[in-house]
Amino acid sequence: MRDYLEFEKPLREIEEKIEKLATAGGGKSGSQDEIRKLRMKLAQLEHELYSSLTPWQRTQLARHPQRPSTLDYIGEIFRDFLEFHGDRSFGDDRAIVGGFARFNDRSVMVIGHQKGKTLKERMQRNFGMPNPEGYRKALRLMKMAEKFNRPIITFIDTPGAYPGIGAEERGQAEAIARNLLVMSRLTVPIISVVIGEGGSGGALALGVSDRVLMLEHGVYSVISPEGCAAILWDDPAKVPDAASALKMTAQDLLDLKIVDEVVPEPLGGAHREPRAVTERVAKVLTNQLFQLTELPIDQLLAQRDQKYRRIGAVSGLDPSSN
Amino acid sequence: MAWFKKQKGAEPEAPKRSKVAEGMWLKCNHCREIVYRKEVERNNKVCPKCDYHFPISVMERITLLVDFGTFKEWDADLGPLDPLGFHDTKSYKDRVKAQQEKTGRKDAIMIGEGQMNGRRVALCVFDFGFMGGSMGSVVGEKICRAIDRALEARLPVVLVTASGGARMQEGILSLMQMAKTSAAVAKLGEAKLPFICLLADPTFGGVTASVAMLGDVIIAEPKALIGFAGPRVIEQTIKQQLPDQFQRAEFLLEHGMIDMIVERKQLKETLSTLVAHF
Repeated sequence: MRDYLEFEKPLREIEEKIEKLATAGGGKSGSQDEIRKLRMKLAQLEHELYSSLTPWQRTQLARHPQRPSTLDYIGEIFRDFLEFHGDRSFGDDRAIVGGFARFNDRSVMVIGHQKGKTLKERMQRNFGMPNPEGYRKALRLMKMAEKFNRPIITFIDTPGAYPGIGAEERGQAEAIARNLLVMSRLTVPIISVVIGEGGSGGALALGVSDRVLMLEHGVYSVISPEGCAAILWDDPAKVPDAASALKMTAQDLLDLKIVDEVVPEPLGGAHREPRAVTERVAKVLTNQLFQLTELPIDQLLAQRDQKYRRIGAVSGLDPSSN
Repeated sequence: MAWFKKQKGAEPEAPKRSKVAEGMWLKCNHCREIVYRKEVERNNKVCPKCDYHFPISVMERITLLVDFGTFKEWDADLGPLDPLGFHDTKSYKDRVKAQQEKTGRKDAIMIGEGQMNGRRVALCVFDFGFMGGSMGSVVGEKICRAIDRALEARLPVVLVTASGGARMQEGILSLMQMAKTSAAVAKLGEAKLPFICLLADPTFGGVTASVAMLGDVIIAEPKALIGFAGPRVIEQTIKQQLPDQFQRAEFLLEHGMIDMIVERKQLKETLSTLVAHF
């Protein structure tokens, strides 16, 4: 049985009816007709529901517990993955995983947030909220990739960097800032894929890249809708409004030119057909990686530099005063 | 990310803690003592009882740090747009307008060049009075422009922060200013030009997690609150009370996050001595 989200309840009701009829009615033709009708109704309802998802509903899909995770992608589309651990100075943060792996027979460094699926795993991985040592492990692996001239692929899926006492004591802000600075100048291609939730600076710390790809129902924002509603509206009931106002869906980010390509998901979300999604991501990654590895490195760096330098909406730009 | 300014029902134009209030007496934000206002003002807005450094305005900061008459502002005309068409209880456009009228500034930072005891520096000063010093497109662009000019004229860059973090009303574009400014700091470093950060009370969120923590040398004012997550967010997450001096400058010094704490009256001397080392 799959997990239903709050807004998917009408679907569950019909599915339960179908199940009941199927077990009670056996092969009777009357109940077969009924089932057929319900299936059509279900298909229509699903179509309506998923083709008009609100940003807040998408956020819930992006956070779906069964959504394919970094390790799912690594397992499905990479080979010979060797996970590396630790930041070499404090500990190993299981909210971030990373290591060498083969992608289309090519050795790459793959790094990503990992939320965990069971409650136990989620707790071990701190629900995908890294501490500074997680970002420092990622930094160590990215520098290793640079040293051995391997492209970097990152998967982004985090509610955000962990807000805790230890995190502050060990320099959460510095760890994130350092990653942003170093990633902006790494001399190898970097591609990021927002596979679920892109929570603020904690996501960006793995996301300064030459190309940013995003799944159709992924979200990526400066603050969670919950945090935004609490601060700007002072009202938890305004979370859906905040989700809309923040323009955090894949389409929004494509329009704002923050994301380069959106990867479509099957009806109902990536967790419905994980294989289909990982395959699509593999295809897009293959293309993008091919384009990037064709570029001479100084051109790659110049493009990355220009890309970030141009982000922003400013009035009063006067070239003569520059 | 601008968690810091969460205040029940308060408008951003009235940040409770950033005021040296009207009247002859005022209450210190830190020790809660009632102190004589004139005495505080004569003392560079430092509490005579506990040495708390009250927030000061951008112009007061520039006057404090730069030789008289040498400051030249850059890009004062750059102002914000409303790329998201953002609307909460008020529209972003209206908020910006109100803040611009209040501060006489287009956005939350002033950049320019000046001399510190005769040495030229590029200076960026956050204005906490403008939407909590939040970093959106204009703040990011102006920091990059200051760095561009510093690269051209080979000047050291001094950045003075006071900010609640990234500006929510510009959404993902604000988040990306963290990457944009950090990339500019990287280029400054490659050119072997010094980047010096002075963290004033308060510095939080996306500003701490980008430019503020990237200084070759990081200085903080005494007792300044500095952190990634705001204290309220941490309390709600861990469901515990926070230790007394948590996220104060002294706490950061003890944990190895900053180089030194410098009193306001020593700041200019220290900075110009520091700049001379590069």
